[in-house]
Amino acid sequence: MSSGDVWIIGIAMTPFGRFPDKDLIDLAAEATLDALADADLTMADVNVLALGNVYEANSHNGQRLQKQIGQTGIPVYNVVNACATGATAVRTVMMAILAGEADIGLAVGVEKMGKMGMLGAAAKTREEKKVFEPKGRYGSVMKTEGVLGTGLMPGVFAQAGMEYAFKHGVTITHFAKVAQKNHAHSVLNPLAQYRKEFTLEEILSAEMISYPNTLLMCCPTGDGAAAAVLCSDARLRRLDPDVRRRAIKISASVMTSDPWSDSGQALSDVNTLTRMAADAAYEKAGIGPEDLDLVELHDCFATAELLHYDNLRLCEPGGAGDFIDSGAPWRDGKLPVNVSGGLLSKGHPLGATGIANIYEVVTHLRGEAGQRQIEGARVGLTHVIGLASACAVHILEAPVRR
Amino acid sequence: MAKQVPVVDYLKLGDPPHLTAHACTSCGALYFDRRNACARCFGRTFTTRVLSNTGTLRTFTVMYRTKKPFVSAIVDLDGGGVVKANLLGVDDPEEITPRMPVELDTFIAGVDDEGTEAVAFGYRPRKVEK
Repeated sequence: MSSGDVWIIGIAMTPFGRFPDKDLIDLAAEATLDALADADLTMADVNVLALGNVYEANSHNGQRLQKQIGQTGIPVYNVVNACATGATAVRTVMMAILAGEADIGLAVGVEKMGKMGMLGAAAKTREEKKVFEPKGRYGSVMKTEGVLGTGLMPGVFAQAGMEYAFKHGVTITHFAKVAQKNHAHSVLNPLAQYRKEFTLEEILSAEMISYPNTLLMCCPTGDGAAAAVLCSDARLRRLDPDVRRRAIKISASVMTSDPWSDSGQALSDVNTLTRMAADAAYEKAGIGPEDLDLVELHDCFATAELLHYDNLRLCEPGGAGDFIDSGAPWRDGKLPVNVSGGLLSKGHPLGATGIANIYEVVTHLRGEAGQRQIEGARVGLTHVIGLASACAVHILEAPVRR
Repeated sequence: MAKQVPVVDYLKLGDPPHLTAHACTSCGALYFDRRNACARCFGRTFTTRVLSNTGTLRTFTVMYRTKKPFVSAIVDLDGGGVVKANLLGVDDPEEITPRMPVELDTFIAGVDDEGTEAVAFGYRPRKVEK
């Protein structure tokens, strides 16, 4: 322990899925109360709250949550940062603790998406004009989705995948193997939205959504929440030994946005900012990819996971295809990736995702992951990326057990 | 002939039709949309640059679950500029190869109530003489 450390002392997530009988705040309250119970604390102990949510971000959900579980007058930050929203809430609380403004804080991520179809499709509809008139910064006279290529999420990540395929010779089968692995992993996770194993043939022959990603290679939309209780080092020393014993250290927490590139306006570059975040996190934590026992990375599409093997330095440069072929990222492999089932099968309620992946890693580092436990796990990495663009990488460590 | 307008203002319907970009006068970075300052070097003045009608394909996808499947492509233009558009005249992904040469073509994307046609651009595979 050292004075600058921040610890996770309580964490919880709801099951991911579709819950028409629960509203956004029901889900947030469920995860939050479970996380507080996990830390053996109440709202009276919390000095700061950050709530992350994307689709209802203008509703001041942090304050709405307080009204259901405890109004204590503490500062509340409502944050939104695409698919990195949950991780942004964690970082907001962490920074408040590091700034000395709080010693215990609560980060919550929640989303209620239901069955909303392809992401980006709903947000971009514009009423058909009767008379063409140039509008906006591109002087466009009509909606250009499908006319000038695609900007929808499945299309962006498919194009990013094909760029890697063209450069490094990976095939649609390599991408499909990622989905095969994550669906298989999810069978062991009772909180996953789907828990069904598929053969490679079933994945490849499923409905094509955006070449090369078939339906089983795209994450579902859904509902869910996750919450984490963070604590300063000084405060941790005064907590109950049973809480201290299960505390997990945040060894690195890094956020990046995309730097300028010549192709960024045509296709979001999901690689560079991930590499920047990973490299900075390894440096901060003083550990390398070879020290990791498990990784939860942002597999919004099967193509994305393959790219991130390379971006997070889990494989040789250009070697993501060989990495999946070798079986390394399977739960019994050299470096298990997405043993939760990943976004592909565990689900991806946007605001919750960046805390749910921390939940997964913390649970393994505590040795409490039940039948999906990675034995002896001591160091883990989480990664999220949202367009366009925010990336967060966290490295988490269990203290050496005495 | 019906009146025509480009679907976006960076397509110029001259003879031949071509793309232009806002070029940063300090570093040369290219932008299709209006910018307040250069995202690369923070310069605040821009000039107009005419872009090439030929280039090579960087990557692509085929989008389904739409009214009509289409190929979306990212094209590296010869001499600079990277643009997103539909790949025209190809529907089998197996026919699309790395760095495939392409050239600009236009098509009518819609007609308004006054009969004005909106002209869009896309790219077709280009035969390269050996």
